[in-house]
Amino acid sequence: MGQWLIDLYSSYESTLGYIGLNSLFALSVYATLCCGQLALGNAGFAAVGAYAAALVTMHAHGPFSLALFAGALAPAILSVPLGLPVLRLKGVFLAIATLGFGEVVRISLVNWDYVNGAQGIVAIPKLTSLWLIYLVLAAAIFVLYRLRGSKWGFALEAIREDEPAARTLGIATHRYKLAMLVLAAVLSGTAGALEAHFTFMVAPSGFTFLRAVDMLVFAVVGGTLTCFGPVLGAAFLTLLPELLREVSPLVGLEPGPLRLLANGLILLAIILFLPEGLASLPQRLVARREGGSG
Amino acid sequence: MGQQVLNGIFLGSIYALFALGYTLVFGVLDMLNLAHAAVFMLSAFVALTLVLRLHLGIAFALPLAVLSAALFGLILERVAFRPLRDRTDSNVAGLISSLAMATVFEAVALEVFGPNIARFPIGTLPDRQIAVLGGVVSVLKLGIIALALAIFLALTFLVRRTRLGRDLRAVAESPRAARIVGVDVDRVVAAAFAISSALGGAAGVLFALAFNAVSPDMGRSVELKGLSVIIVGGMGSMPGAVVAGFLLGVTEVFVVAYLGASWRDALSFAGLFVILVLRPRGLFGAASLREA
Repeated sequence: MGQWLIDLYSSYESTLGYIGLNSLFALSVYATLCCGQLALGNAGFAAVGAYAAALVTMHAHGPFSLALFAGALAPAILSVPLGLPVLRLKGVFLAIATLGFGEVVRISLVNWDYVNGAQGIVAIPKLTSLWLIYLVLAAAIFVLYRLRGSKWGFALEAIREDEPAARTLGIATHRYKLAMLVLAAVLSGTAGALEAHFTFMVAPSGFTFLRAVDMLVFAVVGGTLTCFGPVLGAAFLTLLPELLREVSPLVGLEPGPLRLLANGLILLAIILFLPEGLASLPQRLVARREGGSG
Repeated sequence: MGQQVLNGIFLGSIYALFALGYTLVFGVLDMLNLAHAAVFMLSAFVALTLVLRLHLGIAFALPLAVLSAALFGLILERVAFRPLRDRTDSNVAGLISSLAMATVFEAVALEVFGPNIARFPIGTLPDRQIAVLGGVVSVLKLGIIALALAIFLALTFLVRRTRLGRDLRAVAESPRAARIVGVDVDRVVAAAFAISSALGGAAGVLFALAFNAVSPDMGRSVELKGLSVIIVGGMGSMPGAVVAGFLLGVTEVFVVAYLGASWRDALSFAGLFVILVLRPRGLFGAASLREA
């Protein structure tokens, strides 16, 4: 019995770990989305965090806590000179600029011999445990949850609704947006650092702009009205490939394309029919039932 | 040196074609069509299939592939963009739904063609070289440059002199006002998508011919560069897209020659950053941009 549990755990540990990590990544995108900024440089922040942590562990032989701290701090520091010019941009321009930032980080890492260029750093000891991931996730959710209903939260919502109007109310929009960008960097950097010590390696190929887009998709599918939406989206979309792998022989499609197809169709269905994400589904169903019978 | 410039012009013409399609949709709808690169890739596959399976010559396969791209564009518009037109957050929603469609297209390509690089059979393409301007250029590349230029001229004519072009400009200015003066906005938007995707499709087939490689992820490299090009050129500006496309093509070739291939992709982003920080409306963009 014990052995069966152990076997079960080891086969699902990776998935459970990734649910937690992807939730953190999704929350990092949510952090800027909740003040209306579509910032997609989080793969770049994750890369910086992951590499900083890996370097502390592998080259400086520092303790894990220091690695995690570096993983959180390094992207945070980087996010400030990025944010100052870039947060002036709106909408798709901000998205493209931050995507570009992520790519610049990736290309720089590919060209940097100290970190082995495209091959990355390998044989990183597995210091991240599941409970650590979920502890960090719980902390992140706590912080973001407490924002709602607080002065900070109202300011963010005002900026999201109508930024010029928020400014006329005296809200220092630039400061709030920058603060949320720094938070996003901390979240994705920490998650990157945790991931590096969970999957034994870091390489630039793991931080392409597709990764940033994935994070956005987690957040959108789950719903960006509350901080629980992104977690739900991340959990759902991380579990989906596992489910699909079982189904793929039945449907007659290869697992790879099937997963992509499912992701695309789900995203399309959500954006067309359920724009507030899966988290809004209970509300929608209740409203429909009341509307139907009323 | 002349050789490099020629290569740059050739690469630039493909970038310019691709970017034109991107900027056309943005100019008319204020939405970024992230499925553009997927159409680029799919039409290359269509051309390849036509040549491989139906044994069509490239002279027939190319226009047919471009037509299929226009069709994909119409599907995109109908499924992913039209339902979102009246939403307030339509640009972000359009971004995401086009992303979804891009994923679906890529999944289809992966399933039908597999992940490996496919090549055109020998003899599809002319491989004669001729000497021009102190360099040696293949007839193929010259043909592509000429074709691209012809397309630019045709497009300019379309936009400046035809009724559709006038309607496109009207809708780009203000869809509501255009509707009031009697423009069929739905039809014009669909046409914009069809033309835009045809341009992307043409770029895709020409790219595939030039490098003799077709794979489901061939859109990757062009995708982001296309974004940089339209921003540097000015979102919504067609001459801007062409100029910036050629600029990128030529400078990339020189960067690869003198700095090495691994820095090539960084160039477009560096340019992107500089422009976004110093002159967000791009080289040719209108000052009163809806992004502000």
